[in-house]
Amino acid sequence: MKMRNITTGLAGAVLTMTVFASRAAAYELVLPSFDYRTGPYAPSGIPYANGFADVLTLFNERDGGIGGVPITLVPCETAYNTKQGVECYESVKNTPPSKALVFNPLSTGITYQLIPKATVDGFTVHSMGYGRTSAVDGKIFPWIFNFPATYWDGAAVFVQYIGEQEGGMDNLKGKKIALVYHNSAYGKEPIRTLEILAERYGFQLQLLPVDHPGQEQKATWLQVRRERPDWVLMWGWGVMNQVALKEAASIRFPMDHFIGVWWSGNDSDVVPAGMDADGYLAGAINAPGGDFPLHDDIRKYVYEAGKGSGEAEAIGEVNYNRGLLSGVFAAEAIRNAMEIHGTKEVTPEMVRDGYESIDISAEEWVEMGLPDFAVPVKITCEDHGGPRKVALQQWDAKEQKWNLVSKFYDTIADVVDPLIEEDAMAYAKENNITPRTCN
Amino acid sequence: MFYRESGQFKTSYPADQAIFPIAQDRWGIIAVLVVAYGVVPFLIDDYWSNAVFLPFLCYAMAALGLNILVGYCGQISLGTGGFMAVGAYATYKIMTTFPNADFILVVLAAGLITAAVGVLFGLPSLRIKGFYLAVATLAAQFFLVWMFNKFGWFYNYNATGQITAPPASVFGILVTGAHTHPAVTYLFCLSFVALFALLAKNLVRNRAGRSWMAIRDMDIAAEIIGVRPLTTKLSAFAVSSFYVGMAGSLYFAVWLGSAEPTEAFGIDQSFLVLFMIIIGGLGSILGSFLGAAFMVLMPILLKNVMVGSLGMAAVTAKHVEILLMGVLIIFFLIVEPHGLARIWQHLKEKLRLWPFPY
Repeated sequence: MKMRNITTGLAGAVLTMTVFASRAAAYELVLPSFDYRTGPYAPSGIPYANGFADVLTLFNERDGGIGGVPITLVPCETAYNTKQGVECYESVKNTPPSKALVFNPLSTGITYQLIPKATVDGFTVHSMGYGRTSAVDGKIFPWIFNFPATYWDGAAVFVQYIGEQEGGMDNLKGKKIALVYHNSAYGKEPIRTLEILAERYGFQLQLLPVDHPGQEQKATWLQVRRERPDWVLMWGWGVMNQVALKEAASIRFPMDHFIGVWWSGNDSDVVPAGMDADGYLAGAINAPGGDFPLHDDIRKYVYEAGKGSGEAEAIGEVNYNRGLLSGVFAAEAIRNAMEIHGTKEVTPEMVRDGYESIDISAEEWVEMGLPDFAVPVKITCEDHGGPRKVALQQWDAKEQKWNLVSKFYDTIADVVDPLIEEDAMAYAKENNITPRTCN
Repeated sequence: MFYRESGQFKTSYPADQAIFPIAQDRWGIIAVLVVAYGVVPFLIDDYWSNAVFLPFLCYAMAALGLNILVGYCGQISLGTGGFMAVGAYATYKIMTTFPNADFILVVLAAGLITAAVGVLFGLPSLRIKGFYLAVATLAAQFFLVWMFNKFGWFYNYNATGQITAPPASVFGILVTGAHTHPAVTYLFCLSFVALFALLAKNLVRNRAGRSWMAIRDMDIAAEIIGVRPLTTKLSAFAVSSFYVGMAGSLYFAVWLGSAEPTEAFGIDQSFLVLFMIIIGGLGSILGSFLGAAFMVLMPILLKNVMVGSLGMAAVTAKHVEILLMGVLIIFFLIVEPHGLARIWQHLKEKLRLWPFPY
């Protein structure tokens, strides 16, 4: 009898809930967030997920959403695992009412999985500074965006920086540059570009793969010690970064000759190595630090209201800022979509158009409360790669903060662009895609 | 009551030796197949196909293969991930070299290539046993994954080392690539798994299977009664790898669409399949399916219940899921160390006598 009462009660509750839910069915903007707060990649994934969630909460709390339409964040835990990413994609893509407006997979592996699927299903993927480099070509990848920079640009910029430090690109001849990389599609992305650059500038490239999850690097750094490369580049992620920093410190590798890609430069990557990490360099596609006006808004509207997704002290970490940046881009694209199509009820197709009309000038960055946070971005139908500029940031272990130490370099277009063209064409041929026309 | 066999008389040897001698079992399996073929394809969508049925079917195929080797022949293998990789890379190379090949032939060829590789790595089993063999197969796992990372020929020298399945079709219907219909990929995998499960069931009931079991139970005694260890062990490796290779082929080309060696075919893959057959039941065809269902579907079920129905945060749900999976595995192994298949068997015995157990 008791059991039956409970069942009836439950059924009643479910019924009332559905009634209420259907009554309150106003339009909402569904934004999935592919998080990884578990597993060996959590140190990198948590700040990013927090930044993304916080900035969207801020838009909801401060502005009542985007154009007055509230945002619903749908988190899905992927653990940086491709299979779980596919499950997440399938489970959230049709979330009512708007369907998933844009996917930020935060994993090159998952991005590779989603490129064909999302293209067929008609969903936008913004792999911001990761994923498939040739997605820059909007004619062949209409649904995929990877601005503001790609790994190939990163590789080109790092070589330019090294050349500058060595006193000219001619001095690269005979130098040894090692690449310590996560042995996956992500880590292998820069290899081809580096090989071509090695040929052009006459430096010697050494490839040192590190297997998932990246905790075991003794052999790798022993090899670095033996071969004594002049510079070490790193494409690392998750615990791999922390371990690499510690191992590099233990063989006394000079930190100012050790450059990580922008995913290997979070605060949590360098702090465990303590003072030894002082001087370590990393790529940057956004400015570090938590003192921007938008951060103050986040503290005020989100954290003081108890709606923050992390610790208030972690605001302004590099990966936090990057999550924030991708949230800002998503909001901008949705705003554009509302403008272009003249409706508040945007769909994934409209948001794709919104992404293609993103045009953020330096002044607009200031208006958003992010002065000099990133370079101006302009996306078009053909060009999904945007500015493709990368700067370098350096870790100051005494002050416990990152500082930008260079200008934003341009990519080496005459090396990278033909590679992109070639790769995009190969993809189009493999998959029988006719490039669309842009006007 | 449900399993009352009164009135079911066997009048011939074939009837007595049928796979399902009890009529209720026969009807049960027919009902399952009717639902799988006649109902599911009409209800299936992308989510059910890509997140539920395809992973289940691919892993069931791999578990079948591994069960033949470990459960029936007693040779412990930790190389499943590596052998799946062989199947996947063979598929990729065949698909890119012969773009118009029928995909059924591609899967079978990938299975055969894996069988050959499996025999090669099965050679040490003639000298070493038990945990030592496990270590030898572990070497196969690491070697194969390393090889697919190292040599560009296997991934056609592309920039990222990822292999991506180009569109391929069976009788003019697309089964791989992004343009496939969820029902088609489901039916394709289902047919492969159903057919080869039937084959496996018959294989373990005939001479080959009996000699595998003889080797498993006591190899010296088996040798004395005339079972040749060389052919028996190697045939187990060959058949097992054939299944695992086909599983890798379906897993890569039909389900995932693209894969990178370290993640998709790593050591955790080997352990996952091994856990499936241990939890499902060593030396049981049904156990392979139950184990695959448990390890693949349980996390998804838990996730959907916790996030979808109870409204838990995604990360909390993940932590609870990891915890619950561990607890459930221990629970089932304490309740029945011989796996889920044995639980079903006990249940069946009880049902046959019910309501008058003795």
